[in-house]
Amino acid sequence: MNKLSNQRAWLFVVPVVLLVAFNALIPLMTVVNYSVQETFGNNQFFWHGVGWFEQVLKSERFHASLLRQLAFTTMILLIEVPLGIAVALCMPRKGPWVSVCLVLMALPLLIPWNVVGAMWNIFALPDIGLLGKMINGLGIDYNFTQQPVAAWVTTVLMDVWHWTSLVVLLTYAGLCSIPDAYYQAARIDGASGWAVFRFIQLPKLNRVLTIAILLRFMDSFMIYTEPFVLTGGGPGNTTTFLSIDLVKIALGQFDLGPAAAMSLIYFMVVLLVCWIFYTAMMRNEGQS
Amino acid sequence: MAKITLEGIRHSYPSDGREQIWALEEISQVWEDGGAYALLGPSGCGKTTLLNIISGLLKPTRGNILFNTDDVTETTTSARQIAQVFQFPVVYDTMTVFDNLAFPLKNRGLPKTEIIPRVHEIAAMLDLTESLDRRASGLTADGKQKISLGRGLVRSDVNAILFDEPLTVIDPHLKWQLRSKLKQLHQQVGTTMIYVTHDQTEALTFADKVVVMFEGKVVQVGTPQELFEMPRHTFVGHFIGSPGMNVLPCNTDENGVRCLGVSLGLIEKQPGKGNQLEVGVRPEFVFFDELGIPVRVNKVDDLGRYQVVEVEADGQILKMVVPESESIPSENPCISFDLDFTKLYRDGWMVDSEETA
Repeated sequence: MNKLSNQRAWLFVVPVVLLVAFNALIPLMTVVNYSVQETFGNNQFFWHGVGWFEQVLKSERFHASLLRQLAFTTMILLIEVPLGIAVALCMPRKGPWVSVCLVLMALPLLIPWNVVGAMWNIFALPDIGLLGKMINGLGIDYNFTQQPVAAWVTTVLMDVWHWTSLVVLLTYAGLCSIPDAYYQAARIDGASGWAVFRFIQLPKLNRVLTIAILLRFMDSFMIYTEPFVLTGGGPGNTTTFLSIDLVKIALGQFDLGPAAAMSLIYFMVVLLVCWIFYTAMMRNEGQS
Repeated sequence: MAKITLEGIRHSYPSDGREQIWALEEISQVWEDGGAYALLGPSGCGKTTLLNIISGLLKPTRGNILFNTDDVTETTTSARQIAQVFQFPVVYDTMTVFDNLAFPLKNRGLPKTEIIPRVHEIAAMLDLTESLDRRASGLTADGKQKISLGRGLVRSDVNAILFDEPLTVIDPHLKWQLRSKLKQLHQQVGTTMIYVTHDQTEALTFADKVVVMFEGKVVQVGTPQELFEMPRHTFVGHFIGSPGMNVLPCNTDENGVRCLGVSLGLIEKQPGKGNQLEVGVRPEFVFFDELGIPVRVNKVDDLGRYQVVEVEADGQILKMVVPESESIPSENPCISFDLDFTKLYRDGWMVDSEETA
């Protein structure tokens, strides 16, 4: 029997197609459009092929920001993930303190990015900020507006403060879902605290940690507002991460072509890293 | 190896502000060294709680636990040297089957030279030898449960092995196999084993002694035969045996106990106080007779090996087990009880009775 063909069904897909087109496809295509054209003003555009891509990929400036970006992301992942797990392990599993801890943990996540940047900017100012003044009071010369190292430390610290909670909450949820029988069996088997963590908790946290690391990777790789408000990318270019650099090129210099090419490369890097990471984690899962 | 003594154990789980409910009320019980015990009772009667108290996963609200003569109430689980197998399989996902089985031994710092032969021995016992190098998480539910069992059995120095309904997730045909394996193992190693279950067949086949629990109390301890012939509580009568014991209301007059409108020829030795007097008789000890209590036959279930007959007399329903070869009388059927196995119960508990002359 022939399949009944009913083309009217496509009508039901139209709203979704429109929605996706307007909020993702069309903007992305404009970027693609700019990335392969050159303009000399007057709203006149000329075909430029992959010239902008070549230029961006060869530019020292792009290499430097990409490196900074990778360094920053690696650093915050190395701090936030272990710290988040540690905090989650310390949180009570039962009793009245559970809700108190959860609310305290959720607080940083509720603060808008630019407010976090502004808060830390003032907090870390060497002359009037609580933190900055204190560090200088301890005899350490600290000025994040002038010293690259201090700027990095402050930016990393700010991100850790803002986002470790996310790792904590996800890990905590994962920990709560481990059945009691596992802990009981471990006690019967005479397992040490470390063995319980290594052989029960960590394997059971596999999935939530994958999600946590992916989320933190993506967010930190695209970080803009906080460092922009805190350091403005300085001193010099020392905290100019990819997105800050991109905005400088696109809106500061109005180099639409290179900016568009850079956006696409940037997008591909995020996509590629996520895909590699996710596939690796899932393959690991499949083996088990 | 040790004799385990429970002295006046009571336990209640913390409840916020409401009145204290005892999950276990006052249990005193001795588990002889090397015994095979089954802890039998319906869900929620406190079996698991009692088991966790013995292994030290729970601290009893009141009472003491003694291993031989040492009070271990405050001793940690691992120091008590108890093995316990849980209802649902617990395996360490990232380890191989071998490492899972070796885990309790490694944690106790045994040398490799002892661990390897021991693990292979246990694996052979449980048919796990072929999967020793596989990752434990890839196994089926009953494979995983075998690992759990193996981790319980692998230690040779344990005081007792506790099983908490370990065969719930296992396929029926494997259940038989594993159960007889456990029994065989018990004969080999001679460790005390306590086996929690709500399945009477499981309890009766595994254990030398069955401990029946009901609503947080131990109602009877005995061999399977004792439980069958002399249920000390009407609950034991109901719970053990299929179909369960007939429990009929009765009263007394100068000739003894009257039940279903006739005198049974049975009297209570020491007329006790208490409200409710009942007669308990198992369906196996009720038979059709020429003279006796007139009944009406309601239903006959032919189970193949025997027939279960439901009869009604004086408004009461009774069940009786009739051999396959025997026919059911069609006119004016009458029944009698085997008085040796007809017991009197006051408020649920058996009281001494004797036959009248």
